[in-house]
Amino acid sequence: MAIEQLNHVALTLEEQLPIWLIVIPFVAAPLILLFGSKGLAWVVSFLATAFSLAISVILVLTLKDGGVISYQIGGWAPPIGIEYRIDATNALILMLISLIATAALPYAYRSVNSEINPKHHTLFYASYMLCFTGLMGIVVTGDAFNIFVFLEISSLATYILVAMGAYKDKRALTAAYDYLILGTIGATFFVIGIGFLYMATGTLNLLDLAERISDQGLNRTIRAGFGFIVIGLGLKIAIMPLHLWLPRAYTFAPSAVTVFLSATATKASIYVLLRFLFSIYHPTFAFDENIILIIFMPLAIASMFLASIVAIFQTNLKRMLAYSSIGQIGYLLLGASLMNQLGLTATLVHMFNHGITKALLFMGAGIFALKVGKVSYENIAGLGKIMPFTAAAVVIGCLSLIGIPGTAGFISKWILVQGALANGWWHIALLIVLSSLLSVIYVWRLIEILYVVPTKKVGTITEAPISMLAPMWIVAFACLFFGVFTDFILDPAQTAAQNLLSLPGGGIENTLGDGS
Amino acid sequence: MTIILSILMPLLGIFGNIFLRRHKNLRDTFTFLVSVLTFSAVFVVFLLTGGIQQQELSILTVLPNLDIAFKVEPIGLLFALVASGLWMLTHLYGIGYMRGTNEDRQSQFFAFFCVAIFAVMGICFAANMFTLFIFYEILTLSTYPLVAHKGDAKSVSGARVYLGMLLGTSIVFLLTALIWTYVLVGHLDFMPGGILKEKIEVGLLPLLLGLYAFGIGKAALMPLHRWLPAAMVAPTPVSALLHAVAVVKAGVFTILKVGVYIFGLDFLAESGASQWLIWLAAISIILASIFALMQDNLKKRLAYSTVSQLSYITLAMALATPMAAVGGGMHIAMHAFGKIALFMCAGAIYVATKKTEISDMSGLGKTMPITFTIFAIASFSIIGLPPFGGSWSKFLLFMGAIKTEYFVIILVLMISSLLNVAYLLPIVGRGFFINSGEGKEVNSIKEAPLLCWFPAAIAAIACILLFFYAGLIQDFLLPIVGGSL
Amino acid sequence: MTWEFILGHINYWLFIILMLIGLYIVIAKGNLLKKIVGLNIFQVSVFMMYISIGKVIGGTAPILPYDNTGHVKYGLDVIYSNPLPHVLILTAIVVGVATTSLGLALIVRIREEYGTIEEDEILGAETLIAEKENEDREAWLA
Repeated sequence: MAIEQLNHVALTLEEQLPIWLIVIPFVAAPLILLFGSKGLAWVVSFLATAFSLAISVILVLTLKDGGVISYQIGGWAPPIGIEYRIDATNALILMLISLIATAALPYAYRSVNSEINPKHHTLFYASYMLCFTGLMGIVVTGDAFNIFVFLEISSLATYILVAMGAYKDKRALTAAYDYLILGTIGATFFVIGIGFLYMATGTLNLLDLAERISDQGLNRTIRAGFGFIVIGLGLKIAIMPLHLWLPRAYTFAPSAVTVFLSATATKASIYVLLRFLFSIYHPTFAFDENIILIIFMPLAIASMFLASIVAIFQTNLKRMLAYSSIGQIGYLLLGASLMNQLGLTATLVHMFNHGITKALLFMGAGIFALKVGKVSYENIAGLGKIMPFTAAAVVIGCLSLIGIPGTAGFISKWILVQGALANGWWHIALLIVLSSLLSVIYVWRLIEILYVVPTKKVGTITEAPISMLAPMWIVAFACLFFGVFTDFILDPAQTAAQNLLSLPGGGIENTLGDGS
Repeated sequence: MTIILSILMPLLGIFGNIFLRRHKNLRDTFTFLVSVLTFSAVFVVFLLTGGIQQQELSILTVLPNLDIAFKVEPIGLLFALVASGLWMLTHLYGIGYMRGTNEDRQSQFFAFFCVAIFAVMGICFAANMFTLFIFYEILTLSTYPLVAHKGDAKSVSGARVYLGMLLGTSIVFLLTALIWTYVLVGHLDFMPGGILKEKIEVGLLPLLLGLYAFGIGKAALMPLHRWLPAAMVAPTPVSALLHAVAVVKAGVFTILKVGVYIFGLDFLAESGASQWLIWLAAISIILASIFALMQDNLKKRLAYSTVSQLSYITLAMALATPMAAVGGGMHIAMHAFGKIALFMCAGAIYVATKKTEISDMSGLGKTMPITFTIFAIASFSIIGLPPFGGSWSKFLLFMGAIKTEYFVIILVLMISSLLNVAYLLPIVGRGFFINSGEGKEVNSIKEAPLLCWFPAAIAAIACILLFFYAGLIQDFLLPIVGGSL
Repeated sequence: MTWEFILGHINYWLFIILMLIGLYIVIAKGNLLKKIVGLNIFQVSVFMMYISIGKVIGGTAPILPYDNTGHVKYGLDVIYSNPLPHVLILTAIVVGVATTSLGLALIVRIREEYGTIEEDEILGAETLIAEKENEDREAWLA
């Protein structure tokens, strides 16, 4: 298949937006190290993430009804050159990642002061920036190997961030080590899969891969590649049974890190999985063979139930929330395995909604950690009355986790059940609502501990500082806002789901071979 | 519009309770004023619209074809009038009770009360099932702190059962039913004649009806009734308003709305989908009355009585005849006034004497004559004797049952009236006619505080008055069944 | 499964063998340092696979030839091996080095904190910490 090599010079600002998203945070990291001062480090990080947030909001607004923005790195045309390719799917995830990163930073200032070794604070912000760059890069790029590179950039930074929790609890070190081993195995499996795809098709550009795979049909190499990619990403996404690194990593990492990671890291990997499942392998592979039904759906349902059951028995707040995250990731996978537009919309909407909900809950956990040290249930008992504003925000997060109407979590659950019923799979719908019941149990345990159980703490615990309360309440407000005014998230999600499902190749315009 | 005003008005009460919490009298008066204003707003809506309003007021669209929207219709307006009117009474009662028993954290209590009433108003005026579901959940969540108010281990575990059952049923059954209906029909608006005709295979109808009936846990359909006795650990004003009026009535109100406006009475009748529900409701009526007989704790006995009376309304919906439906709607009002009077009396007895068990209440009628007279009047209304209001709604139910072939139901209704006599009148009899055996000490007990028996008296008088105005209520409710019986 | 088939695909066989050896070491060995070694072997196997598929039979190094004056000679009919996998693997090697150094740094810190780098001993120490937490919790519940 002859593909013209076109050189394309990006002229307008809109065309350049994708690269700014990556360059600004990427440059911010060494700048922070150069400046060396802690306060300045925070300012630089905040400016970088806020800038990225602004760009991603612009991208969402531009792309929510369809369309693609493509940027060629260095002017080299794809499929040989690397291109950054953004459509509605990416834009939504980009907005989520930058929103959480920006919101977590004001919160992080106080949290980091108490939880990380003072000598390492600038290093923290630099790693934060690198992790942020990596995550954004995973989502924004249109080249398979580039995904691997950014995946590893973000993962390495994540290992460092998690290990910084050793100041408070030395188990963070072993948690980071385990995460490193498992994460590297995952990324390497991913690259093996890419290697097989390259062997079979000769290209690494996602769009081109899609076309060549659909031309070739199936052969053993492509199938093997699929298998490796799925397992590799599964380790990063923490699908059961590849989830073992997640509870310890989230529990022992510094609170600000958990806030950021829980909302973003797994979501970026799920995005990659969706891209590969739907944009690249569709329609010749995944659906015809019902692979998704046989593999993903049972794993998703197992995640939803087993993780929730384990969460019920936890006695540490962060650990409970970590297992809850694994359960919620099960929902995301279930939405994707429904293979209809509603299911994919549900997955994309839930990525956003769960991101803000979990960020909110971990922010609350972090504030409790600031005040009482360890967030085991006996330490946080009765804090609802002493710290009413914090606890009220945590309650909002809990309600969103259960899926009470009026909160964001309800919307995604509604669409998910709708998707299951639209296929006629009432048993799946029943399983979804039953697992929500399980989440009611562990969430209500938390609320009872906060409000109803009398506290044994005496003394000088006061309400949280404003710099931590304000971002938390902004995120809480977002949970409530997006539960009622759903258009802003629902429109791009619906367009994105349509994109992923309908066109071979997954994008809308084919920018290869056209004049532009 | 005035509807929005009447829904939002109770929220004002929250601010009053927060900001005025140091000044007891100011705070309680303010909240009382708020309740009066709420009732006035609802009354204005009644005057302006006479019960029917054609267009709905849509606030915003949450999901495709699912708006948060409000509309006036007869059963809803009736329920709103009853609930807001009784809020005024219960607030007075609550002041008397909470001060009489010296409960702490009264501001928090009254504040959550306001939120609960706000939720009830939202349920009354909801134009579609989606809006109703939102306010339904808000009602569950806002009444949890009220049930757990006392804070001791018993209250916490009772509240846990309460919340667990209500949230569990609504998430597992009701949400599934809603989404299923939405997938079938494309929207969830309430339409006269129902929206499900021709959209669903008739064989699946009983299943959908079951999901709704068990999902609306607040209607306390057996075997999912356990939360109601468990919630009796709450202070009596909570039991009085919420569990005699607002929460349980919201449940059966929702069942009626679902039956009339989602399924459609004609569709239900011709498909026979509600047959099983008729039997289940009938069993519920009898069984709950028997459980009531077995209880010695007065509030628990009244709780089971409520379960039984609620099943009347569920039965009315299941019978799916116009007369039964109107009877069910009327029963919402009649039972509300009767039950609230009974609960207020139970609370008054507790405030004055700290007694909760019926066997301890011998001879109390002589020292608390007003309270026991009110109890007697309300009991007659619940039993269904003329000239008390409850007789009309039972009569309509009888007539509605005759129209169908289910003559056994008539037998069930009559047996249950007898059982009502058996578990209510002995309390009155014991109070007036049996000596307490405590001797002189008894004469020193006085009547309950004014604020405790006065609202109960108003409710009892209403029971009598409603007998004479029942015709008006019947005419008011006729439009829901298309204008004629 | 002829001899030619095996020899013809020798790179794939070696890739699989090395990959599995690496994975086995990561899983089965209890010493943290040995796990890093295993991880490295695992990654090296992947590098080898990529590079080996880039070789074209009869292909030479992918550098454009010069003539005597120093100008590049275009258009000559030369078979080059594929340079792209080499590029990819350079990146992957760098990633691997970074990962290894991070892993080793973590091992140093673990040694400082726990005094050992054997997995089972660390597990024992952490179990002790968890038991202590449980005791605190029991005390609170009482």
